[in-house]
Amino acid sequence: MSSLTDVGPVAATRTDSGEERAPRKPRSGALLGVAAWLIGFLFVVPVLWMILTSFHSEEDAATNPPSLAAPLTLSGYKEFFGVGTGANPWPSLANSLTASVVSTVIVLLLAIPAAYALSIKPVRKWTDVMFFFLSTRMLPIVAGLLPIYLFAQWSGLLDNIWLLIVLYTAMNLPIAVWMMRSFLAEVPVEILEAASMDGAGLIRTLRQVVAPIVLPGMAATSLICFIFSWNELLLARTLTGTRAGTAPVYLTGFVTSQGLFLAQVCAAAFAVSLPVLIAGFAAQDKLVQGLSLGAVK
Amino acid sequence: MSTILETGRGRGEPPAPPPPPPPSQPPSGALRRSADWARRAPLLPALVFTIIVTQLPFVVTLIVSFMDWNAYYPDERGFAGLSNYASVLTDVNMRRAIWVTVVLTVVVVLVSLLLGMGIALLLDRKFAGRGVVRTMMITPFLIVPVAAALLWKHALFNPEYGLLNGTLTWVWSLFGSDNPPQPDWISQAPLISVEIALIWQWTPFMMLILLAGLQSRPLDVIEAARIDGASSWQIFRYMTFPHLRRYLELGGLLGSIYIVQNFDAVFTITSGGLGTANLPYVIYQTFYQAHDYGRASAAGVVVVIATIAIATLALRTVSTLFQEENAR
Repeated sequence: MSSLTDVGPVAATRTDSGEERAPRKPRSGALLGVAAWLIGFLFVVPVLWMILTSFHSEEDAATNPPSLAAPLTLSGYKEFFGVGTGANPWPSLANSLTASVVSTVIVLLLAIPAAYALSIKPVRKWTDVMFFFLSTRMLPIVAGLLPIYLFAQWSGLLDNIWLLIVLYTAMNLPIAVWMMRSFLAEVPVEILEAASMDGAGLIRTLRQVVAPIVLPGMAATSLICFIFSWNELLLARTLTGTRAGTAPVYLTGFVTSQGLFLAQVCAAAFAVSLPVLIAGFAAQDKLVQGLSLGAVK
Repeated sequence: MSTILETGRGRGEPPAPPPPPPPSQPPSGALRRSADWARRAPLLPALVFTIIVTQLPFVVTLIVSFMDWNAYYPDERGFAGLSNYASVLTDVNMRRAIWVTVVLTVVVVLVSLLLGMGIALLLDRKFAGRGVVRTMMITPFLIVPVAAALLWKHALFNPEYGLLNGTLTWVWSLFGSDNPPQPDWISQAPLISVEIALIWQWTPFMMLILLAGLQSRPLDVIEAARIDGASSWQIFRYMTFPHLRRYLELGGLLGSIYIVQNFDAVFTITSGGLGTANLPYVIYQTFYQAHDYGRASAAGVVVVIATIAIATLALRTVSTLFQEENAR
């Protein structure tokens, strides 16, 4: 595309054409704006409902028609976090945090050198390597589940958080390689080469030229890997039990063991989703790139 | 860059050709080989790790799929030929699961693509609070899938006090009726319920990809067409849509790859009951509960074959986008 479309953050783009369109058909433009608001609202209502219900008492949560203006309370959260119920989600939350953060760190440690060898000093047939990485992300996890389970059983790694860390690393590595490659590809190689001639220049170049390009990309990549690991259920459900169970596994067992408490379910769903919501909104501008495995910028 | 797959290294320059320029005067075979290995070294840890963790299990699955192996009968382990495949393809439950997987994937992908395109077109226009609406639209995708499934199952679909029936009661009462319809969504339409929950989560994904596509359109050309008197429909039909086609393909293929594998929604909303068990769920059950390793592996291979068909198309689309950017 020409440099005309080179406009950076999505939200700020294409204002000029919109402005030109608006005076021509003011009414239909306003109508379409209202339609967009309505649809956006419709999509967010389940989430808003979840948040509102999580702050209601169980009696107010289970009414028909819904009681929107019922008094707010923290009892759903208190019960989820085990005040008076004996439930304890903390180990599973800690496991999720460990698995997501540690695997993301390892992913970056593996992906950055790989991305370097695929962009700045590319190996022969680097596109083939890129597509090999991508193809591994497309194979269904469920088809590899049995050998992984048997291996874990044989090696005593069943219900061990390190097994999940290794698997999540493999799961996120292709995305990270694709994303990091596209960021490293923006580094001007000539400056890097010139700087590597004298050592003092190299550090300054790394700090002043490379870091501003690569660090935001690294942050976005980490956030997206974190989200994928935090969300994962199938592997965690199959390979962990009481010790290494993650938050999604805790959620699946939560309803059956506690009976149905709507406010508590909503509190649990919101509490477990909160890290992903924060990470997702933080990475909003790079979200497309991560979700499309780096194919769309 | 708002477009796809930037591969050129310098911004203003023509992109570098994919293979690295070999040294103009290769000094000696040994030297060049060691230089090659120096280039490859940073790549190797990631590559070796990926091959071991992702490729080895599939090889084992392929081998086990030709074996008689049930953990409950450890003495009867042996070569089974194609009998696992025969039982996968003839078993009523397995065939049902294959069918459910196809329906689930096709419905969810098509509906989210259509909705995503409509919403992307709306969000491509300038209006007050566009950023807010975009954020609202993304939110469903940022709910942990299990949590989203629990939310739909208990807070929305529940026949007694879910939001859907609660809203029906409220709307009917506005018109003075105290006899609103109160369908039991999940038992009356189990598969559609799962589909609705998934469409809710995946429409934002499609919307984001298509919005990125819309915003990479060459505006100058579209402006010129408008000045030449092209109607909005003509611009959409002959300019926007052809440009969006690649992005539609990409969204559809990536969405298919993820949804063919879906486990969380089926597991949480219906526990595979009421005819909603898809292949991943049945494989999970065959291996985790029935311990029939041979059959589970054969079913796994069937999923892989189906996925490879989609993945090949997906890789081709990505590759086209990749080369287009290279050629520019």
